[in-house]
Amino acid sequence: MSDDPAHPGLQHDVRLSERAKRAQAIHRLLVSKNIIGPDEVAEVIERVRTRTPADGATVVARAWTDPAFKTRLVEDARSAVLELGYRLSHDAGLAVVENTARIHHLVVCTLCSCYPTALLGPPPDWYKSFAYRQRAVVEPRAVMREFGLVLDEGIPVRVVDSTADLRYLVLPRRPIGTAGFSETELAELVTRDSMIGVGEARAPA
Amino acid sequence: MRIGDVVSVRTETPAHHHRTPWIVKGKTWRNASITAPFFNPESRAHGGDGLPKQMLCSVEFRQVDLWGARYREDARDRLLIDIYEHWLEPQ
Amino acid sequence: MPSAHDRGGLATREPIDQTTHEWADWEHLVNALVGVLRRHDLINVDELRRGIEAMAPAEYESSTYYERWSASIEHILVEKGVLTTDEIAAATREIDANWE
Repeated sequence: MSDDPAHPGLQHDVRLSERAKRAQAIHRLLVSKNIIGPDEVAEVIERVRTRTPADGATVVARAWTDPAFKTRLVEDARSAVLELGYRLSHDAGLAVVENTARIHHLVVCTLCSCYPTALLGPPPDWYKSFAYRQRAVVEPRAVMREFGLVLDEGIPVRVVDSTADLRYLVLPRRPIGTAGFSETELAELVTRDSMIGVGEARAPA
Repeated sequence: MRIGDVVSVRTETPAHHHRTPWIVKGKTWRNASITAPFFNPESRAHGGDGLPKQMLCSVEFRQVDLWGARYREDARDRLLIDIYEHWLEPQ
Repeated sequence: MPSAHDRGGLATREPIDQTTHEWADWEHLVNALVGVLRRHDLINVDELRRGIEAMAPAEYESSTYYERWSASIEHILVEKGVLTTDEIAAATREIDANWE
């Protein structure tokens, strides 16, 4: 595999599929026709690289330590998140669902791959897989067990099929034994999977 | 559409892009809540301006109502899904 | 029979493969290109999805995630007259030739 620095992302590999090559050809054409700028794609690639689940974890940790913020987050997630200074695209809705001792949420997108990318970065491969999209709605506990999550007996599951213009973030339960933890310490316990609902936040060491 | 209305999801499968998955088509349950208006994706996917905006409704179904005997987990489990208002018919 | 993209509840015993792959450069490119095209009002997310759903079911099933996006970008840009299928094919051959 080689990179051509003049063409960001341009890559040649005999194993690349026709669709992969055509995407690179489309990019070249759009640049050569001045339809898009030569550096625009590279700039977006760099910005995407900076997006990680850490932002979502910060939001969760704030909700754990600030009950008024948590109320605002669950009622109007978009405003609450903007309040913390995060950028969301103008037309993307955001909803936060809270896991408690009485209800567990699990998020899937059966039609596509809808995901709160603004706060979690791009979704993991498995979230976009046929197996997850097919199974999560009809056997959520079996799926969770594969991720190592066994719910306490008697907690009902609400699966969120996030198929439309609202992106869902799960607010996981705060781990026990974390009284007095700072927001930073708490954020380190918040995993990506716990914000999708296939896991729980880590217990403190 | 008001919170708590009993609604059914329309059953058709139009050829154009739409956001209503087959698993809830024709299913009935209580409308959980109205979220917000969004540009209509069925218009925007086909060169339209997405106007008028459509209300998106969060509708909750009992899993056993969706799957019948195929659902082997807790009978209280639910599926929450956002459906555009024009896909819902009050009962 | 639901459409190929409408996957909820389709029976499978396949376990969830939790391994994640590092994006190849072309996958970064496709992901970013959609963002750039959105900024230029040349494609919106609803069109992106329509283009994915327009794929033949067999190709949808056998393609990777960003191959589907690539197919959709091409579908929408050709439909809008921004690019032609012939010039995309020619540019693809040129990429191949330059590296051989």
